[in-house]
Amino acid sequence: MNRREFLLAAAGAAAASTLSFSGRLLAAPADSPRFLLVFLRGGYDCNNLLVPCGSDFYYESRPTLAIAKPAANDPDSAVALDAHWGLNPVVRESLYPLWQKKQLAFVPFAGTNDLSRSHFETQDHIERGEPLGHETNYRSGFLARLSGLLAGVPAIAFTNNLPLSFQGAGHDIPNISLKGDPRAHFDERQAAILSGMYKGTLLAQASADGLALPKTVSADLRNEMVAASRGAPSAHNFAAETRRIATLMRDQYRLGFVDVGGWDTHVNQGSTTGGLANNLKNLGEGLAAYADALGDAWNDTTVVVLSEFGRTFRENGDHGTDHGHGTVHWVLGGKVAGGRIAGEQLAVNPQNLLQNRDYPVLNDYRDVLGGLFARLWGLGGGQLQTVFPQARPKDLRLV
Amino acid sequence: MPATPTRRRSLALGLLLGCLPALACAGQAAPPRMPTATVTARVDGLSLSDIAWLRRDGFGLDSATLTRYRQLGRTRFLDGELAGADDTLPPQVAAQIQAFPVVGTPLPALLADFRDRQKQYKDTPAGPAKDAAKKALAQYRRGLEQQAAQAELLHAIYGGDQLKEQMVWFWLNHFSIYANKGPVRVFAADYEERVIRPHALGKFRDLVMATLQSPAMLVFLDNVHNVQGKTNENYARELMELHTLGVGSGYTQADVQQLMRVLTGAGLMPPKLAMRGGRFGRERPGVVRDGLFVFNPAKHDFGDKTFLGQTIKGSGYAEIAQAVDLIVRQPACAHFVSQQLAEYFIADRPPPALVDAMARTFRRTDGDIAAVLRTMLLSKEAAAVGGHKFKDPMRFLVSAMRLGYDGQPVPNALPLVNWLRQMGEPLYGRITPDGWPLDSASWTGSGQLSKRFDFARVIGSGRNRLFAGNDGSGAKLTNDPPPGVPDLQGSALYRDAIAPRLSDATRNALAQAKSPMEWNTFLLSSPDFNYR
Repeated sequence: MNRREFLLAAAGAAAASTLSFSGRLLAAPADSPRFLLVFLRGGYDCNNLLVPCGSDFYYESRPTLAIAKPAANDPDSAVALDAHWGLNPVVRESLYPLWQKKQLAFVPFAGTNDLSRSHFETQDHIERGEPLGHETNYRSGFLARLSGLLAGVPAIAFTNNLPLSFQGAGHDIPNISLKGDPRAHFDERQAAILSGMYKGTLLAQASADGLALPKTVSADLRNEMVAASRGAPSAHNFAAETRRIATLMRDQYRLGFVDVGGWDTHVNQGSTTGGLANNLKNLGEGLAAYADALGDAWNDTTVVVLSEFGRTFRENGDHGTDHGHGTVHWVLGGKVAGGRIAGEQLAVNPQNLLQNRDYPVLNDYRDVLGGLFARLWGLGGGQLQTVFPQARPKDLRLV
Repeated sequence: MPATPTRRRSLALGLLLGCLPALACAGQAAPPRMPTATVTARVDGLSLSDIAWLRRDGFGLDSATLTRYRQLGRTRFLDGELAGADDTLPPQVAAQIQAFPVVGTPLPALLADFRDRQKQYKDTPAGPAKDAAKKALAQYRRGLEQQAAQAELLHAIYGGDQLKEQMVWFWLNHFSIYANKGPVRVFAADYEERVIRPHALGKFRDLVMATLQSPAMLVFLDNVHNVQGKTNENYARELMELHTLGVGSGYTQADVQQLMRVLTGAGLMPPKLAMRGGRFGRERPGVVRDGLFVFNPAKHDFGDKTFLGQTIKGSGYAEIAQAVDLIVRQPACAHFVSQQLAEYFIADRPPPALVDAMARTFRRTDGDIAAVLRTMLLSKEAAAVGGHKFKDPMRFLVSAMRLGYDGQPVPNALPLVNWLRQMGEPLYGRITPDGWPLDSASWTGSGQLSKRFDFARVIGSGRNRLFAGNDGSGAKLTNDPPPGVPDLQGSALYRDAIAPRLSDATRNALAQAKSPMEWNTFLLSSPDFNYR
């Protein structure tokens, strides 16, 4: 019996099932890849992360926000990646080493064909993963459907609430935020009584998992928490959180989700200092810490960073940027074919902007992720259609 | 509720079955039914349908509510609430709220103080003094937000008009603000007390205008930066997408930009000018002021606009009222607001017939919120779909406090603020302007259930700091003896309103409790308490 059959059987017998969370958990095969999706909510300004420093138009469009062309003697200038692109120097210490090791790739002109420019509409659309205008199930996420196809790939969301990406799986996917104190407060007897009240209800599995997971997590994290945060129960930055995530992804889980907010920079977003710079630095350090904490497991890990849309190419009147369209996705991992800018691209000039406003989307996220998933787990065409209906998976050979 | 005894009995049974928690949502296969509870048709003048209705009408039951309902019956009880007839707080709680500086201080003075403190910190030279100043500033900033959240939680728990209290939270969430952005924390209490609360049961249009002109919203969604020549479309977009029409209702990006032009010049006064009673622009025609709000014609785009298919002549402030009128009279607005209300009160997927009836009332009454609520709460469709809403953390916390303390004031409300944050639904803490989700599925993940059980224990055990100071000294804040473990099992409230409808599974759990603390924890954790 594989995990999927096992879970289906367990779900069928949910009313009678006395299986605890840990009893249900099967060890993942040693060679199964690890995948983490990092969702930047708010539409991050990709143009000040992956800087189109070869474009004069960029400098004309952003008189106060542009990041200077790479210059050896200027620490605030962009870090050159190739003739066209550079990195915001705030991630020089964290992400640039991964780029140099060819473990980091960027996919510009990426995103969706949803043109609402609404955060919520577009986030939901991305998390559902269905073609625009042909949605069939508003409570089914693409990671949940992916999870349904993968045997021996335990899934988890490192969030307070189960994200739409993971909803509608037909089997319970646990969620736990590792920002706060994840300790357990009930003993075995109390936990059994509490979950007993929910037996035979829709929340049977979720309540049982909810009582069991903190126990497992506290045991797992005990050493890490003492070491990395000197026993502090709360993670004070993203790096502290990703180190905890790494512990669970190394030992127990293979498919994960985490989100990071605070990217909606309409006003005074700054360039190499300020709000956006702080956020990017925190994010970069978190990802570098994740790679570090995974150790050898980084070699079979892939991380994708995405956001609902990019922002207006030109800065607005308030030293900020408004909702845009195309964005830049990141792909990181020990075996990622990185150190390159992947996917279809256009010259960055006024003629190529969408509606004279923002980046067009040349690399649909459903096609790109579909191609990536095919390579990671050897999924066939029919399976990919389950994850991303009507998508045309595009193999960018990222892994 | 007048009904013949026989009819009442069968009605009660039907509703009891409908009320059983955790059954399937529409469109999903039904799981096995829970064991049926002992059926008691009527308890001390209240039928089970009355109890189910009351659990929906307010955040949660307390003795005072049951007494009033027994006296008035459903319709008069509801009409009293809709008219704001009993919008009272216990004197001690009212005094507690008034004592918060964010409530008791006029806004201009509060804002001026905020700016002064920030400037003082900025001007402090680097060194140990600056480090201390930084700490003090952070504490002050946190205090502003915590006071505002405490004020709202105290209202929610102790407010006599529970329908209104739910509506205040609903609108705070619908017109969501995020305290941690700039000076929004300074404005949060004002936003709840003087922007949302007076309009919570009034005309929707007035509510939209009040939020539009509120310092909290002007700052949060950046309209303070939306001026002629340097525009910002953030608020214009969310005003239609989140507050009134809903995405996909037919407006276009061009409409967003036209509305943005209409809104240019709507911003804030410098606080010190407002404090002096200000002569800001007095002599100039077209200036409109209200508290800190100012419409400055010098910053307005006076060109004509084409908005939602209509021409709005460039005229200044009047354009804003014209645009808002146009928006709230769209059929999409009536439907969108009705849908959201029904999702919050009735079901994740409310019956379309119910939403349509509410939307008709909305249009007929020109957006009278009380009338729409009346349609909803007295409808047969709503009564038929009870028991499927899993309480969000705010409802859980407030209902647990109402049950546990039954009107007894708690001198220290700060722990409540932190508990709500840890359960993932902090007041003024939603970073995105869409507000917390209204559907049950958003609050039933394993991680959330785990937190819910944790806080059922914190409240049920009485081991918390609600009656102690926050300085760790354990100093008592009141001369009354602290209540210790709440006696839920022995309360009339439990006997009358909870015991008659408990499921066997929950009875079993309660029977296994080894202490009153455990008993309370199990009850507050139970599906019977958490669904409504």
